[in-house]
Amino acid sequence: MNLLDFARGAAMKWSLAVFVFGIFWRLTGILLLHRTHDYSVPRAHGALLGALRTIIARSWPRREFRARTAYGLAVSYAFHIGLAIVVFGFVPHILLIRSLTGLGWNGLPDGVIYFCAVVTLIALIMALIRRVTHPVLKLLSNFDDYFSWVVTAAPVVTGLLTVAHYGARYETLLALHILSFEVLLVWFPFGKLMHGLLLPVARGQTGAFYARRGVNP
Amino acid sequence: MSTDIDAVHPLDTSGARLSIKKPVQRFDRQGDLSDRERTEAAMRAFMHEFGAVTATYLESCIHCGMCAEACQYYVQTGDPRYTPVHKLEPFKQAYKREAGPFALFYRMFNLKPRVSADELQNWQELLYDSCTMCGRCTLICPMGIDIARLVGQARHGMFQAGLVPHELWAVAERAEREGSPLGATPAVFKDRIAWLSDEHGVEIPVDRDQADVLVSMSSIEIMKYPQAIVATAKVLNALNEKWTIRLDGYEATNFGMLSGNVQWQKDLSMKLINAAVKCGAKLLILPECGHAYGAMRWDGANVYGKPLPFEVLHISEYLARSIAGGRLRVKKAAASVTFHDPCQISRRGGATQAPRDVLAALGVELREMVPSRMGSWCCGGGGGVVTIHRADDLRYRVFEIKMKQVDDTGAEMLVMSCSNCRQTFDDGQAHFKWDKTAHSLLELVADNLVQ
Ligand code: SF4
Ligand code: SF4
Repeated sequence: MNLLDFARGAAMKWSLAVFVFGIFWRLTGILLLHRTHDYSVPRAHGALLGALRTIIARSWPRREFRARTAYGLAVSYAFHIGLAIVVFGFVPHILLIRSLTGLGWNGLPDGVIYFCAVVTLIALIMALIRRVTHPVLKLLSNFDDYFSWVVTAAPVVTGLLTVAHYGARYETLLALHILSFEVLLVWFPFGKLMHGLLLPVARGQTGAFYARRGVNP
Repeated sequence: MSTDIDAVHPLDTSGARLSIKKPVQRFDRQGDLSDRERTEAAMRAFMHEFGAVTATYLESCIHCGMCAEACQYYVQTGDPRYTPVHKLEPFKQAYKREAGPFALFYRMFNLKPRVSADELQNWQELLYDSCTMCGRCTLICPMGIDIARLVGQARHGMFQAGLVPHELWAVAERAEREGSPLGATPAVFKDRIAWLSDEHGVEIPVDRDQADVLVSMSSIEIMKYPQAIVATAKVLNALNEKWTIRLDGYEATNFGMLSGNVQWQKDLSMKLINAAVKCGAKLLILPECGHAYGAMRWDGANVYGKPLPFEVLHISEYLARSIAGGRLRVKKAAASVTFHDPCQISRRGGATQAPRDVLAALGVELREMVPSRMGSWCCGGGGGVVTIHRADDLRYRVFEIKMKQVDDTGAEMLVMSCSNCRQTFDDGQAHFKWDKTAHSLLELVADNLVQ
């Protein structure tokens, strides 16, 4: 068995298993903890609507916060959107998703994908520089932040090397690319990458809290 | 520590803000627990807090640092320690190690060390002196984490560990023992009512057996702004309400809540609830006090363990409702006004529109601060912070934001509906020799009633 077979076979299976089981473990470990009933009389009903509202509205800062958060947000939006385009718009990725789920769609031209990948990488690097230089981020950051950065950046780097056929044989590069993505899958449930799934829950809670109190966030 | 609280922690009710006198020697560690016992006590209290909602918040932080940009303490000092979520570090650490989904691994491989008493002590200043629980950070966090709520929960552990700032502990203890944090005992209150009733020729019913409306007061009003009692009486009398004040339950402030003692919070709330139940009140009116609103309007029923058998309204909501219903008539007051939103009533409480409706009825031109309403800046005195002498310098620095906001409106009059904000403004005014004086919305209404 060569490296590529391993990456496509056993490694993929196991990393997906860890990904799914890990997420299940983490979510149940959080969500099954005790809950208390709130006996106060709500000012307004519509907690669900309030939750949905905050889930969507919190994607953008309120007016008074925009100036102070613009740079950090722009960088973070850049790599999030870039990643989404590259992951879901690149034809080989779509083929893989189709083979796993049966779902497929039209891809974007390769040139667009390469451009997005480069922008993503630049934005990721800018985010990292900000993290190691900004006094607040320096204070808050821990192993999770840096490791999550590495496992996010690695598939972008290996992907770009693969399409450029640069540095090693194509098969080896492709294998490394797949393996790096598998590392991301394995790490996902244990670190901050989980924010992708926790985001609607946390925002929703606060949205419901505001709705109950009649606060118009 | 001696239990003779008057000798050890004498009150100072003569200054611009009310607290105990500045301690010569600080006692920021209460009781004589060993370090180990302190940590264990904090952990037991923390464990109570680690439910699904709290856990979701504690798991969700992406360390983006945005919350710092919303917090008055960081914005004014640039000191990263004041980053809101950083204030929760020991609480978060305890959660990860003791209760999170991977707690087992954290303990097994010691990935997160046990929280130490020294660490908790070091965080005292962050959890108390530099957080008013204003909830501005909650508004900015891209993950929607309610940091203000978590700070309140972390304080529960701090109290059990005996690690509350000296002044806040002392006033909370006094509240638990005497019924008021600032010496407004039933006897003092009764005296004041008799005097006010005489001097202003207004009837103030006390200890009625039956009443539709029970009125509560803040100690800050009783001791510093007694005219608020007169104003309340004028309004309720004008409305022909069957109302009363009861000496067995009148204090609306809740320093049990602010200091982090859950049992004291309950004791204080239950006094008010029991008094309302005893006189068969249909409505409990809360005074111009922000945290009193949070403690009773939102926490009251949960302390009671079932829905409250009466309605709870902040006085500004009551005024707005009475005016809207045509029962209360007011005449034109000052020309232009700016309104300071008390965090616990507005951003955390949802009663944002009521004071504005009242001001509209008073025919004033409302000049909003920028930002106002939800995004409003805190006065810097909430969460018990205004009592802490050690925090004064920091408090004055954050008050500068508020002064600028008020000045920028160019309004003739500054109005608010929280006596704790008001004393913070008074104190800031005295410190900076500022030319703006804080006024009460209730008193503005009472002064402009159409009889
Ligand atoms: S609640 Fe207010 S004072 Fe406390 S950390 Fe958040 S923004 Fe700062
Ligand atoms: S804004 Fe929210 S997610 Fe960002 S560091 Fe603060 S608490 Fe964490």
